[in-house]
Amino acid sequence: MNYEVFIPHNSSFINSTMSFTDQLAQYLISGITQGSIYALIALGFVTIYNVTGIINFSQGEFAVIGAFIAITAAQKVLLFQGQVTVGLEWPLPVAILAGVAGAVLVGVLLYRLGIQPARHASPLSQIVATIGASIALRGLVLLAWGTDPYRLPPFTAGKPLKLLGAVLTRQGVWVMGLAAVAVVGLYLFFQYTLIGKALRASSANPGAARLMGINTRRMGLIAFALSAGLGALGGIVIAPVTFMTYDRGLMLALKGFVAMIMGGLTNPFGAVVGGLTLGIVESLAAGLISSGYKDAFAFAVLFLVLLVRLGGLIKRGSGEALERAGL
Amino acid sequence: MKFSFGQLAVVGLVAVIAAAPAIVGNNYQVFILTLIGLYTMLTVGLSLVMGYAGQVSLGHATFYGVGAYATALLSARAGWPSWAALIVATALTGLMGFVIGVPIFRLRGHYLAMATLGLNVIFSLILKNEAGITGGPSGFTGIPPLAVGRFVFDSDVRMYYLVWTMVLGSLWLSLNIVNSRVGRALRAIHASEVAAETLGVDANAYKLRVFALAAGFAGLAGGLYAQAVHFISPSSFDILVSVELVTMTAIGGLASVWGSVFGAATVVFLGQFIRDKMALVLAGASGEQEIIVFGLLLVIIMVFLPEGLTAGGLKLIRRWRMADGR
Amino acid sequence: MKNKFHILLTGLVIAALMVSACGQATTAAPTTAPTEPPPTAKPAESPTEVPAAPTEVPAPEEGEPYRIGAFFSTTGPVSSLGQPEWGTVIMLAEGINGDGGIMGPDGKLHKLDVRKYDDQSDATKAVEIAKKLVEEDKVPVIIGGSGSPASIAVIETVTNAGVPFISVASSSLIVTAADGTQNHWVFKTPQQNYPVALVQADWIKAHNITKVASLGVNNAFGADSMAALKRVAGENGLEIVWEGTFEPRDTDFSAQLTAILGTEAEALVVHATPGEGAPLTVQFRAMGFEIPLVHNHGIGNQAFISTAGADAEGVLFPIGKLLVADQLADSDPQKAALLQYQEEYIATFGSKPSTFGGHAWDAMMMVVDALKAVGPDSAAIRDYLETKLTNWVGISGIFNVSAADHTGIGKESLVLVEIKDGGWVYVDPADYANVP
Repeated sequence: MNYEVFIPHNSSFINSTMSFTDQLAQYLISGITQGSIYALIALGFVTIYNVTGIINFSQGEFAVIGAFIAITAAQKVLLFQGQVTVGLEWPLPVAILAGVAGAVLVGVLLYRLGIQPARHASPLSQIVATIGASIALRGLVLLAWGTDPYRLPPFTAGKPLKLLGAVLTRQGVWVMGLAAVAVVGLYLFFQYTLIGKALRASSANPGAARLMGINTRRMGLIAFALSAGLGALGGIVIAPVTFMTYDRGLMLALKGFVAMIMGGLTNPFGAVVGGLTLGIVESLAAGLISSGYKDAFAFAVLFLVLLVRLGGLIKRGSGEALERAGL
Repeated sequence: MKFSFGQLAVVGLVAVIAAAPAIVGNNYQVFILTLIGLYTMLTVGLSLVMGYAGQVSLGHATFYGVGAYATALLSARAGWPSWAALIVATALTGLMGFVIGVPIFRLRGHYLAMATLGLNVIFSLILKNEAGITGGPSGFTGIPPLAVGRFVFDSDVRMYYLVWTMVLGSLWLSLNIVNSRVGRALRAIHASEVAAETLGVDANAYKLRVFALAAGFAGLAGGLYAQAVHFISPSSFDILVSVELVTMTAIGGLASVWGSVFGAATVVFLGQFIRDKMALVLAGASGEQEIIVFGLLLVIIMVFLPEGLTAGGLKLIRRWRMADGR
Repeated sequence: MKNKFHILLTGLVIAALMVSACGQATTAAPTTAPTEPPPTAKPAESPTEVPAAPTEVPAPEEGEPYRIGAFFSTTGPVSSLGQPEWGTVIMLAEGINGDGGIMGPDGKLHKLDVRKYDDQSDATKAVEIAKKLVEEDKVPVIIGGSGSPASIAVIETVTNAGVPFISVASSSLIVTAADGTQNHWVFKTPQQNYPVALVQADWIKAHNITKVASLGVNNAFGADSMAALKRVAGENGLEIVWEGTFEPRDTDFSAQLTAILGTEAEALVVHATPGEGAPLTVQFRAMGFEIPLVHNHGIGNQAFISTAGADAEGVLFPIGKLLVADQLADSDPQKAALLQYQEEYIATFGSKPSTFGGHAWDAMMMVVDALKAVGPDSAAIRDYLETKLTNWVGISGIFNVSAADHTGIGKESLVLVEIKDGGWVYVDPADYANVP
């Protein structure tokens, strides 16, 4: 595995202090890179929510599982604390496919075994059930892969690019590109394909959809499979940049959820914009304000967004209609 | 005088609790039972919030931590007498619950869940970053034990009795609430907030009160924990602990006061069991198995047994017996 | 009906607990402890066979096994430290028991019965386990506590119980009480963070660097290490131009690194363990930094190099001599012990040992020596540890434990190491100015 490397000079070290504008550009680029994975997670949330009305807290785990399966397929890996050696070493594109397929499988299983039986339970039960599922999945990943961070090779080798005085790794380009392709692809899928329209119909009015011959249960399954795939892609594309560990899932899910709320809950474009914005805000705040509170900024943004949306509305009644309106 | 089975059972339980240290005979088991007591106090509050008021709270460990650190700061840094620190810390935590509840309860469902989680994350980060006040990630040592006059609670057994007295008090208080007008109002809100409001129930006020009470219980539990172990660190109050508390509540049944004792005990013993027995299966480490088992348990209970392990199990047995035609 | 059932069940559960507790308290045999039975790897020797101990005829009798209590974080955020520690202890115990055990002061051979538990990187569980070891397993001595909070949390329990405890975590708060004296019953084997910072400062000064950036993991280890650097910087006229943290197990450091790029730092000092240290190093290189990267003693294992790959080249860090054992002079008193540990570890686990495992080795062998001298008597073991460990050759260093110093090793046990060609290369202090 050949990674590009910069070795520091052997002589006196040059003080190259970055200018502030260059720094800002760097924060922006790093923020967009990280924000793209939030966007992909948020897209998964939006897909499932649009079709089934459920918020799937396990969304982050799809990213982790997809990445780990791809990593296992691409390299020699020791599983279960060294008791099992896997030496598939498939070419990268095949490994990526394997990762996505694996995550989709997990998503389907999760739906059939966990979500479908719970569809008549109260929203509280559903929330807690998906949390339980995410915990169990995390435990399984821990059991298999342990606590070490793992990495995929960058999709294309080569020196990082310089953009506006900041460094953009080639993998970063892949990340942003994938997010853009995903959101456009999803939009086209929902607007112009038959399945996409069926999915939209099931979410808008399940009763009528069923009367039209649409199997709403299968729609839920497809939604889960789709969002699992999206999540897996997000995890895989970011693994060369920021590695992957077994417990990344929870924070990814939380931040993806914040991005989704920022974008208005049901709008995929909004989710992507939300994700990118969140990534940039996080990057700027962690660098300029305080690195110790980096994870807190996402929630600060969440509270702000909720405050803004709640402002000026009378709080009455049960949540459903208001939920759909984005509250 | 006739006593109902329920009343006898309660007396029996109290007797068991009172006799436990003598029967158990070693400090380790007493300590475990004390921990169960603390978790019970946390769980009963959470079951009121989640079960009766129907609000998701994924950040309950925040109040646990506030109580612990407030007690620690007041008694170890500010030099207050430990009983005063405990009382004030509890009251402060309850107040904090009320203040936070005001904006938070305008949210619903997932937003509420996220907001409570976010609260916990921010709290954990404050604990770790403000090392000057909290001792940072290395923790806070030197917390004095509770002392009332000359009597110092500095042994495992004494803390056990103190904690369980408080636990029984909190259970009694919760039962009173549940069986009172407030409880009925809460159940009405849970069933349908709109309907309740049309009947003149101010939903928000009730939810706030319950939340503040639960926060108070948690704060008390936190202070007692600090005074029992004399050392607290941020990792004992993070989101994973909050989820553990939700698991305990779920196992005991979301809307069951007595269930909280059962839920807390089950989770602690199950954890121990996994650690001791199942650890032999895979190279001596048990953390992963615990995580998986609890995650699965949560899913199964939420999906199939939303009233908790015992009530749900009872229902299943009843249904099975009826199906048999008996 | 539901409520009564709950009450009954709870009573039953508690009753069951008490019954099982009675059972454990009276039996000596470990019914709940997840111990390994005496070695299964080697062909089982029945207890009546003559053990291969180097004594003359008649063969010594066998006495009761000596118990040792141990707890490590084999799961959770600190597991990358806990697992090699656990593995080392098991390896040593099996080796000793395979030879028949140790010779106690009563002239009998005693096998070792190690009661070990996983505290899941949680301080509360550590306290639970400590109480269990003391009350139920009735061990005369305890080793472990991979993470500093876990070690600090059990100080009270071991002190009240009068059981000596050797910690494998690094915070100075473990052995040093608030009033500056050493905690009577607590010892530790890793170096403090302060001497590590001293070695870093030596190198920094050799290059005439005066401004550094300090980036550390936001846990007890990182916080203590950053504080040590601050102290040393103050003493040596170095300026810390930027200081920041990252969460444990976080792997995106672009924001912090970008902020550092905007400062005048001439070197970056990192306080992390391999889980974060390796990704950080990779991102550091990817961002095109031209200043040198200095880590602390948290990355003393092979996983750091295999995770960071080629980006690890040129990284400098102070560490115990274990990693460069074969480069030491033959006259070095530690060399033999280091090479033997390395050999045994590779034979057992198939990978090179880390310094974390080395700390556990030291703790275990100190206990073994104490048991050989005074047997399973807590107070006597404690006194032995405090007074008899002089010029004691260990893996982490040569220990000189005293009443004023319950750690026993300092700067002299550390060397500066550079990662070159995927391995560790010893850097002589005279060469500091030429490296990397």
